[in-house]
Amino acid sequence: MKKTYKIEVDCANCALKMEEAAKKVEGVLEATVSFMTQKMKVEFEENADVDSVMKSVLKACRKVESDCEIFLD
Amino acid sequence: MTKKQKKVLYRIILAAVLMIVLHFVPAEGWVKLCLYLVPYLVIGYDILRKAFWGIIHGEVFDENFLMAIATVGAMILALYTELNGGEGEFAEGVAVMLFYQIGELFQSVAVGRSRKNISALMDIRPDYANVEGEDGKLEQVDPEEVEIGAVIVVLPGEKIPIDGIVTEGSSSLNTSALTGESVPREVSVGQEVISGCVNTTGLLKIRTTKEFGESTVSKILDLVENSGMKKAHTENFITRFAKYYTPAVCYSALALAVLPPVVNWLAGNDSDWNVWLFRALTFLVISCPCALVISIPLSFFGGIGGASSCGILVKGSNYLENLARTKYVVFDKTGTLTRGVFEVTAICPSSGFDGTEEGLLKYAAYAECYSNHPISKSLREAFGEEIDRTKVTDVEEIGGHGVKALVDGVKVAAGNARLMQQLGLEWEESIGVGTVVHLAVNDRYAGYILIADVIKEQSQKAIAALKAAGVRRTVMLTGDNRTIAEHVAGQLGVDEVKSELLPGDKVTAVEALLEQKKQGEMLVFVGDGVNDAPVLSRADIGVAMGAMGSDAAIEAADVVLMDDDPLKLALAIVISGKCMRIVRENIVFALAVKAICLVLGAVGIANMWIAIFADVGVMVIAVLNAIRCLKGPAHFCAG
Repeated sequence: MKKTYKIEVDCANCALKMEEAAKKVEGVLEATVSFMTQKMKVEFEENADVDSVMKSVLKACRKVESDCEIFLD
Repeated sequence: MTKKQKKVLYRIILAAVLMIVLHFVPAEGWVKLCLYLVPYLVIGYDILRKAFWGIIHGEVFDENFLMAIATVGAMILALYTELNGGEGEFAEGVAVMLFYQIGELFQSVAVGRSRKNISALMDIRPDYANVEGEDGKLEQVDPEEVEIGAVIVVLPGEKIPIDGIVTEGSSSLNTSALTGESVPREVSVGQEVISGCVNTTGLLKIRTTKEFGESTVSKILDLVENSGMKKAHTENFITRFAKYYTPAVCYSALALAVLPPVVNWLAGNDSDWNVWLFRALTFLVISCPCALVISIPLSFFGGIGGASSCGILVKGSNYLENLARTKYVVFDKTGTLTRGVFEVTAICPSSGFDGTEEGLLKYAAYAECYSNHPISKSLREAFGEEIDRTKVTDVEEIGGHGVKALVDGVKVAAGNARLMQQLGLEWEESIGVGTVVHLAVNDRYAGYILIADVIKEQSQKAIAALKAAGVRRTVMLTGDNRTIAEHVAGQLGVDEVKSELLPGDKVTAVEALLEQKKQGEMLVFVGDGVNDAPVLSRADIGVAMGAMGSDAAIEAADVVLMDDDPLKLALAIVISGKCMRIVRENIVFALAVKAICLVLGAVGIANMWIAIFADVGVMVIAVLNAIRCLKGPAHFCAG
């Protein structure tokens, strides 16, 4: 399953760091962050609980980039 | 400017004012340090915080870290000089931070602005749909709530929110947001309309044929928003590069700070450690890779945005990168180079026919009036008048040959040469190329009508433009017979023709060409999206043309041309070439300046001010250069 989230991040490098961090979260198969469109696209593993995975993604991203934001609708 | 950016701007102004004031304040030693710490913290507290958290989380070696180390180091050095009776340069550390923030602010404003520009170009998302209530009043609803088959009302000046068919009214539509085409399109009852177009003149009532999510406008928005996700090799290269580059320069800086003083000390000379530490800090400031990390994605983003304003949708920066290396272009003939509709191109009455060209056409149109074959349709269209079918009797279809009928009591036979042969009549060979309909009237040969698929006006120009853009070979594939194919190819200047192909043969033909090409060369296949999904996906880059309304094509292709102008393909290649040139310029420029400054910094020629230029200055120049990607060749597009 794939989902796209709106994000807020200030610099291109930070977006890269978020991408790296998101990829390492359990339940995430693939993640791409586009700094230009301010979007994060996440592909989840099968049977993954999207809400809890995204919470960990946000946490992981905050760790590498303290003032980033992911809008989990 | 956003709130965040404004805040940074105020901090920059405040810190700059403080620095000017401090310049005239006589202070020494610790007092001076404390005074300079005020503007330093005003301008740099967030960088220091980020660097601190970075280290805590094991994320060292980013630009925050570089800046924090460089400026803190500069402050300590200044304090050391000051305490030893010298004149400490506290201003330098603050200035580095200040200029770094100015550069960041500039970049964030520039990026934000180009993002806005692009979204404005792609501002096709309809906010609402008008549905007529029972009392005849219009009600605005969310387009997602409109069901298939519902009737929506589009007022002049509004965007069409959902694909559908006009049931009432006529108007002209502005399609420029979709196609880059500025000529308005006229629509009236019964015609299909596509969401995203702007209704300019009259009120339209439209019966929807799709849900909002399946409508053209949603598909396009989805495509554009996701285009940033497929990254180009160059982008990935920069990411990998930055991963190795930053630690490498950090260690070099460390070595620069430690090794020479140690060597000096061992050799018994003055170790000069403060000089070398200062050089190491300069080195760090110069090395910041922001110019590359920011400008490369921005260039691709701009290129994709610029292309979409011309009605060219590129699905990812990797395709933009590949487009620039296009050497082979393979066309599907029908619907791509030709219009894909049959038209009467010549009417040639024979000497034995005692009537005009119109007369001949009239007989043909009447005789074929019951047939649904495209050729019969084109005959009726060319005739143009209403056909009174009561005048046509005794219609006899002869499969594979043609048709015989009584038109107003006159015996008419219309069909191919075999029909004439069957009737025992002599016929004239056609001088043009296309499908020939011979006619016999009252058992006498009356002449023929030539019907052909018409070549698009721009096709010839497009082939020439592709050549000019560096394409080495153009190939045309078609299922048509050889004479027609070679005639079309000759007119257009296509290098190679493969005719009489079955749909499966097209894949084979493309595969054969793929084997021929050298590594790094790209093969583009252009089709109209009908039945060529396998070929589209097999080619390096699949381009679907005239995709307005065809979802299958939008999904199968890598690049989508919104209207059916083949010239747009050449334009796409030109845009991609320009974009890649800018990317290369930025890479070479940034790396060259950095390399020179790094060397100068290491040997002590470059001071902190040159270092600031090498960091912030280069970034600003690279970003400005990257923004040029947004501007497509102006004479081509509306945007």
